[in-house]
Order: sequence, then structure tokens, then C-alpha cells
Amino acid sequence: MLNTFMVYVENKPGVLTRVASLFRRRAFNIDSLTVGRTEKPEVSRMTITVDADRDQARRIEANLYKLVNVLLVENITNQPAIVRDLALIRVAATHDARSHVLELASVFRARVVDVSPESLTMEITGAEDKIDGLLEVLRPYGVLEMVRTGIVAMRRGSKSNGAAASEGTATGATNDDVSQSV
Amino acid sequence: MTDQKNTAATSKAKTATMTGASILWECLEREGVKHVFGYPGGAILPAYDALKHSKIHHVLVRHEQGATHMADGFARASGQVGVAVTTSGPGATNAVTGIATAMLDSSPIVCITGQVGSKLIGSDAFQEVDITGVTLPVTKHNYLVTHASEVARTIREAFYVAKSGRPGPVLVDITKDAQQGTCEFDWEAAKPQLPGYRPDLSPAPKEYAQALELIHNSKRPVILAGHGVVISGAMREVRDFAERAGIPVALTLLGLGALPASHPLNLGMMGMHGEAWVNHTIQEADLLLAFGMRFDDRVTGTLKTYAPNAKKIHIEIDPAEINKNVKVDVPLVGDLREVLLELLPHVESIDRSEWLDSIDRLKGDSAVRDIQNLPDSGHLYAAHVINDLWHQTRDGNTIVVTDVGQHQMWEAQYYKHEKPRSLITSGGLGTMGFALPAAIGAKVACPESEVWVVVGDGGFQMTMCELATLVQEKLKIHIAIINNGFLGMVRQWQEFFYDRNYAATPLLNPDFAKLAEAYGIQSATVSKRSEVFPAVESARQHDGPVLINFKVEQEDTVFPMVAAGAALHDMIRRPSPIVETAEDE
Repeated sequence: MLNTFMVYVENKPGVLTRVASLFRRRAFNIDSLTVGRTEKPEVSRMTITVDADRDQARRIEANLYKLVNVLLVENITNQPAIVRDLALIRVAATHDARSHVLELASVFRARVVDVSPESLTMEITGAEDKIDGLLEVLRPYGVLEMVRTGIVAMRRGSKSNGAAASEGTATGATNDDVSQSV
Repeated sequence: MTDQKNTAATSKAKTATMTGASILWECLEREGVKHVFGYPGGAILPAYDALKHSKIHHVLVRHEQGATHMADGFARASGQVGVAVTTSGPGATNAVTGIATAMLDSSPIVCITGQVGSKLIGSDAFQEVDITGVTLPVTKHNYLVTHASEVARTIREAFYVAKSGRPGPVLVDITKDAQQGTCEFDWEAAKPQLPGYRPDLSPAPKEYAQALELIHNSKRPVILAGHGVVISGAMREVRDFAERAGIPVALTLLGLGALPASHPLNLGMMGMHGEAWVNHTIQEADLLLAFGMRFDDRVTGTLKTYAPNAKKIHIEIDPAEINKNVKVDVPLVGDLREVLLELLPHVESIDRSEWLDSIDRLKGDSAVRDIQNLPDSGHLYAAHVINDLWHQTRDGNTIVVTDVGQHQMWEAQYYKHEKPRSLITSGGLGTMGFALPAAIGAKVACPESEVWVVVGDGGFQMTMCELATLVQEKLKIHIAIINNGFLGMVRQWQEFFYDRNYAATPLLNPDFAKLAEAYGIQSATVSKRSEVFPAVESARQHDGPVLINFKVEQEDTVFPMVAAGAALHDMIRRPSPIVETAEDE
């Protein structure tokens, strides 16, 4: 199954390489990886999705923790979370098809961001399956080009991990989690 | 010191303007380093220039692989961090094998490498290699230092990371301009800042309770003691635990010495070349207590049939080892010694004599098959050499450093280690060429110990250039070459699994005795069993290093053997009796 990890790392050169290298070294296949800034300048945040069973997911988590620059890891696969992917889709839209395509875009709340005589480019944000759904219905018209960012995710509710991550005090995913997942 | 003025004055006195190179040596000294193993070159020259102001003793190696093996041997013999120093590019890449060796065996070393000037990085400058990139998967952590001001904190962090938690190698790559540049040095202010690093984990109370329940309900338990026992310093606790609970102890290769070989509960070594009764005991057990070991494929055989009826308790400091190879019932993640101290008061004394008796019966015909109990056929077997060496050095304060291959397994089987850190060997990576340089490191760490290198004729030739190092350092190290004219272990695999096609395993060797003489090392060649004792004794009496070339049976085999991928109980045994085969020749 697809597991989603939120990973807080020190914002230092080479940390992305260390994380990516870990997945290669342990033969885990990354489905998607995004990295970006957070509310704290010294902390970066990654959202990583990996196809792994329960045991593998726990080992991925433990191995991520072994990286000295990793501050906090959370597997949010089975937790209430806001998960968003962004796609830019260029679809063939000649005169005849244009109104149909625009209709579909509006049903999916995609925004048209570029127009040319032969095509429309739209931007859509949402959960992955929503984007998959739009792509599905656009395909008959001809998807000319498509790019997706990979997902970013955040837990629902008021609990914030940022503070814990930057202080390195969040040991939540250590022994207790080991025992729970065994 | 309460008023502000005084504090300010004190802190001012603590800082001084220094070069990155001087700060490096100063920090190493403050970390307690007295010896480093290294080899100079362009990008590390500023550091070498500053060495003259330091009290640190520099051991000049002959190849950088030797430097990292020496640092590793130093660390394994002493428990302290070993330090290797090399230049950039080829100096750094030569060190990689030693770094990987330390990584696989959790040995704390810090490797300092020079790097081209920071402005040249990425330009493919002369002797530039991205060594932090190269060593990423074989270090516990690594650093690239580009400013003098980063040297102090980085060195402090490197030492802390190397020795804490599950130890391992840390590489610090320092650019030439960072060595040459100056800054204010303030040791106190350069405290490690490692917000994400958590080496100190401990189990939850309910996990202790679960473990105790399994232990108390077990009728056929066995402890599997690994390198973690030695690293954690839990020898006494393991012994107390085994004695109190009446549980026998099997050891991994790197665990040998963790419990005295003569202890009645010590079964011996497990695994591919472990004793037959040990492997059978594990397969018949109803509970495995894994103490600081990681279920390496060389100790489990195929996992499908590994200890099929046993529950498993895994005490391990590295959470990533839990359920990696073997699914365990109760993981106790933490420092082994601390976990055992927590468990000990609650462990009930249980009479397990029935189980222990049945293990004794498992020993069965092993003694009959043992080469030591057979009449002298006139052939010199490696097992004879090891056994006799053990008899002569057993009362001493001896460290045996082995290489990799058949002789390593015979050493593990026939040298009975009573003390931790008395066997130093490359287990996880299986690095040929490890023994001689690692022994130099061990001797530097423990000058009072008698150090013996037990090495094959193949592995010896991989790093024999370090003979010059040991002579230059005037170290009394004895070298026993177990010379069978083959890459013996590979030949054994070819014998068993490749239809005796001895492709690329026969060796044409130099005269090792003459080679030793060229270095000014006393030497002897031994080819009869009766000569073993006198040769060893003469070496021990000699005031300097001695090399003994033991010409042993060429096509001898390590028994028992669990073939790669076979079940642990499915062992190839020494044919019984061996006497006839030996005399037939």
C-alpha cells in the first residue's frame, strides 16, 4: 500500500541527497517526494509517498530517524490529513471541443491559466484521485502535456509538529511506535 | 565568578585566534586522541604542517586503507574512537574500504580527509573527489567543512556521533582553505548541535513485562550474544542474566569473548561455521534472546526455517534492526547493558537442567569428528596451529587479529576467547587485508597486550605494505600466516558448489620468510606440527616483531558448513573419521 510520510529535516545542504540515498540504498521505491520551506527557516519539510507494507513502513521510519539531519518523521497514512497535489494540464481544445473542455474544468474546479488557438492549459489542485479523475475525462480530447508536483500533506486538527521538530524533542515515533507496530 | 566582569574575562581567555588546522589538532587532543593513523598529501598539508605543535603521535601508514583499518583496530581494541587522516581524492577513496568495514561492524572511527579549496569544489580540480558523496552510504554521518570557524563544532559532533548510540564511522572532509583560514577558537561555544540525533532510546515498561513473561514461560531458551554486548560493556550483565535464568549462550563471530569460552553456559559460535550443537540448539529452542546482534544471514541460514518454534526477544540499540531480517515478538530498543540492568532484578531463577542436558547430548559426535582428537597424521592442519597458539598464549593478555576466510573461521573455532576485545576481525564486510593494519591499531591502543595476526596467504598480500609501518613504529606484533597456497575459503566453495573448478584460487606466493627479513623482521617457516610450539615460543621471547609462515594442508576444509541459503540445521559435516582420508594421501 501507499504510505505517506511527513519528514522534518534540518535545512542544510545535502540533506535531500541523504534522504533520497537512503531509499535507494534500502531498495525502497519512492512514489513521490516533495520538499520545501516551513514556517521555520532552519527546518525543511518533505512529504514522501512510498509503496510499502506495514513492516517496511516501520523500517523506513526507523531508517529515516537514523539520518542525523532528520528531526521528525510521521507516517500519516492512516491519519486524518489534508493531502494536495497540483497539476498543470495542457489539453487539445479546438473550436469544437473548447466548450466541453471548459465545462469539465469547471466541474473539477480547475482554473484555465493559458489559452492558445489549439489548446487550453489548466491548473488543478486537490487530492490525487481528483486529479486522476480530471485526467481521465480529458484524455479523449488529447492531453498534450501534463506535470504534477507530487503531494504535500498536513495533519488535520490543531496539533502542530513544527515546534517539536525544530527543538528535536519529538521522540514520539521511537520506542512506543516500534512496539505498537510490531 | 558570579560577577559579569569575571565571567567575561574568563571566556575571553578561553578563545584565541587560530588556523583551522591548529583547531583540528587542538580539538582532537581535547577529545582524548593520542594517536592518529594517516598519510599526507596536498590538500591536507596545512593540517600536517600544524601537527608539529600537537602532542598527538602520528603513525605513517603505507596505504590509506591501512589508516582506516588501523583506526578501526584501535577502536575495537580500546573502545575509544580511532582516527585516520588522509588527503583528498585518491587518499580519501583508498580509505573507503576501511570506512565500510567499520560501518558494517559498528566501529567508532573518525576519518579526516583534506579537500581542495572551497572555491575549486565542483571544478574537477586535481585530486578532487566528492568524498562525502562517495561515503554517504558507508558512514554513520559525514561532513564537508569549508570554513575554519566550522572545524571545532564539526569535530566535536563527529566524535559524539561516532561513539554514541550504535557506533560507526564519521568522515570529516575539510577544504584546504578551511585549514588555512583563521578564526576565534572557543571550545565551549562549539558544543554539538544535533537536534535530530537521538542515540538514547529505552523500552517502555510494558515491553519489559512482555519480555519477562516470555522468558519465564520458556522451557528451551537460548541467548544469542553479539557485538553489542562488547560495545555496550554488558559482559557482566549477560553473564549474570544467563546464570540467574539458567539460559545457555551462543555467540556470533563478533560476540566471541563477550562471555568466557570456559563458562559452562557458553555454547560457542553459531552460524555458517558455528558448532553443530549450537545451530541445532537454536533450531530447537522455544525462545531466542537476541542481545546486541542483528540476525545476519551468516548466522541465520535461510530465514524460512530459522528457529521455527521460537519466540524472539530482540534487545538492540538500533530501531532500524528490529524486524529487518527476523520478525520478533518483543523488541526492547535501548542500550543492552541498561536494558539488562532493568530486567535482571525481575528474572526468576528457573531450573533448566533438562534443556541443558539435551544440548550436551547434541554435542554427540562432534568431539569425535574434531581434528584435535585425531592421531597425528604428519600433516599440519590450520586447526593445529590455532589450537597450539591458543594453548601457548591463553594465559597472557593476548589480542588475536584475524583476516577473512578459512583461517578466520578456524581461529573462531579453536582459539578459546576468554575476554572481550581479545578477537578483532572483520565480520560484516568480510574485508581481506584487514588483519595486519588492524593489529597495528590494536597494538598502538594496547601496547601491553601480546598481539597476534592470524592471516591467510591471500589476505596478507593485500595489505602487507604495512609491514614497513610496524617496523617504523617499532611495534612487537607477531604474524602467523596460515599458508595453504590457495584463496582457501573461495576454494572450499568451489570444491562444494562449483565441481572443484579451482578457478583463480591457487596462489603463487613469495617466500614470506625472506620478505619479512627484507623488512628486518625475524621470520620462521613451519611445516610440521612439532615445530609449532617452538616457533611460537621463540616469537614470544624475541624482542621485536616475528613472522611465521605456517605451511598447512592445502585442501583442508572448514567444517561444519551451512551452505548459503540452506537451513541452519542442514550442515555439511567433517567426514568421520578423518584419519583414513588423511593417511590415504
